[in-house]
Amino acid sequence: MTKIILKDIDDLNTLEVYEANGGFSALKKVLKEMKADEVIEEVKKSGLRGRGGACFPTGLKWSFMPKVTDKPKFLCCNGDESEPGSFKDREIFERNPYQFLEGTLIACYAMGIKTAYIYIRGEYYRWINIIEECINQLYKKGYIGKNVAGSSFSTDIYIHKGAGAYICGEESALMSSIEGQRGYPRVKPPFPAQFGLWGYPTTINNIETITNIPEIINRGSKWFASVGEPKHPGTLLFGISGHINKPGVYELETGTPLMTIINEYCGGVWRGKSLKAVIPGGSSVPPLTRDEALKAKMDSESLKEFNSAIGTAGIIVMDQDTDLLEVLTRITYFYFHESCGQCTPCREGCGWMLRILRRISEGKGRMSDLDLLISVADNIEGNTICALGDAAAWPVKWTIRKFRGEFESKIQKEEIELPNINKVHSIRHTDYYT
Amino acid sequence: MFSEAELIEIEKIKKRYESPQSSLLPVLWMIQEKEGWISKDSMSYAAELLNIPYEYVLGVVSFYTMFFKKPKGKFHLQICTNVSCMLRGGYELYKYACKKLGINKEEITSDGMFSIEEVECLGSCATAPMMQVNNKEYFENLTFEKFDELIEKFKKEI
Ligand SMILES: Cc1cc2nc3c(=O)[nH]c(=O)nc-3n(C[C@H](O)[C@H](O)[C@H](O)COP(=O)(O)O)c2cc1C
Ligand code: FES
Repeated sequence: MTKIILKDIDDLNTLEVYEANGGFSALKKVLKEMKADEVIEEVKKSGLRGRGGACFPTGLKWSFMPKVTDKPKFLCCNGDESEPGSFKDREIFERNPYQFLEGTLIACYAMGIKTAYIYIRGEYYRWINIIEECINQLYKKGYIGKNVAGSSFSTDIYIHKGAGAYICGEESALMSSIEGQRGYPRVKPPFPAQFGLWGYPTTINNIETITNIPEIINRGSKWFASVGEPKHPGTLLFGISGHINKPGVYELETGTPLMTIINEYCGGVWRGKSLKAVIPGGSSVPPLTRDEALKAKMDSESLKEFNSAIGTAGIIVMDQDTDLLEVLTRITYFYFHESCGQCTPCREGCGWMLRILRRISEGKGRMSDLDLLISVADNIEGNTICALGDAAAWPVKWTIRKFRGEFESKIQKEEIELPNINKVHSIRHTDYYT
Repeated sequence: MFSEAELIEIEKIKKRYESPQSSLLPVLWMIQEKEGWISKDSMSYAAELLNIPYEYVLGVVSFYTMFFKKPKGKFHLQICTNVSCMLRGGYELYKYACKKLGINKEEITSDGMFSIEEVECLGSCATAPMMQVNNKEYFENLTFEKFDELIEKFKKEI
């Protein structure tokens, strides 16, 4: 199996070992031999697509940045990593931090950026310290700061520590958070490349996306494009959790069959049980039934066939005894808790879905509730400023559609009269001092 | 509140950003590190320091869950119950911890040692169930026994 990020080299997380294994050769190569445009062209040709969930082509995104401008430009490296089931960026910080930072420097060079912010969720205290130490080392060694590696190019890199808000992983909310505001997403257009941080051109990329860059430069776009599934090339850091024997992060080529990951790499479903469902890309993506899981290949294109998505490649495995109503209720509670509260469909809709799911759990469900849930989900989806609304709607809509029988079995035969209470508000709006 | 050295640090932080108000999150982190939580007085202080309205600071503090709006125990236990942890006993651990310490969410033990909170996914799903303490260290692959040992260890640290 090709390894691009989590290579089998001891102590790769130290600068000496990283340099001894070809570290910073890609940076030196672009500074010496390549024009900024050529770097962007190379990334375009590699077919690299964003690893933050939306799979947007990275080279194309970079090309949206204005070439000639008197304004400052910014790069934000998105290490918010808060989607339940995702824990891969943390692995990069721990095992190959310098490759990530080298990628950041190359990205800055390619887009003519002089300031990069690394946004890391506040809970990652330990990994923030690791990256801070790495940045200090690189300033000392002259890789960051004035005249990067002796060239005429200069750039600074700073860490911005989050403070507990999933929504700050959404790119425009992330910028709000760096600007010192509540993490509110912003309406697009204007897109960040035109109007980003403080109104200046900005690019946002996921940590894993950026960590791929040095190897694309070193080994060439052609090589990268040939790894894994052609439409979504490269490797992915799959994070596997739930009812599995060997949970963890596995770097595998895109297009690897899901069951190969579960059975060959992760030792199969735990306790010798059989599989009921798999969430293939973090809690926001629609789940796969057992039959779908048997056929699924893990890349953005193949999963479309099952109305699902690769998301953050966080695979959550559920065994035969899993209560999907409980799982869906917990997931919905998460999105309810994390909704920033700006858009009515998301703020109120998440609360409604949660209350309906909870009353089904309490044995007070009605058959019509299942369609009601799907209807609420449909009315959230696509009607909000950012995709948190979609992320909340998809699991509800698709878990019920795909496992309807299980939900019906939770519903009592006779109709129950329910009180009519309508007030539900986002927690982030009621969390005032008392 | 801040010492001379800390004020110099803040001036350095301000230079990283295009607007002074962007240093609000770092400043709030520094306050919480010093005081353990963020009081109304601290918010007024931050507002004055960065020349922004108090209400603005209140809005920011109330948005982010890691900023504590009330004092916590010396050891604030943050147990994840999100889906991957739930599948591997996150709720059982949370309930066990509440029972053992005799407290619920938002409560502090009478000796001021412990407080507890149920938190969302902390990116530790493969090592579930897990707990973070005081917004810092992670304790992973927990069992009831390991939890008991940790509590004993924390008690001795004081
Ligand atoms: C609610 C929400 C949360 C998100 N959280 C993250 C995150 O934690 N990390 C991340 O890289 N992208 C996250 N994204 C996606 C970002 O908005 C953005 O697409 C991504 O960082 C771009 O990087 P990429 O092109 O390299 O994937 C989130 C999106 C939404 C709607
Ligand atoms: S679900 Fe608990 S750490 Fe991810």
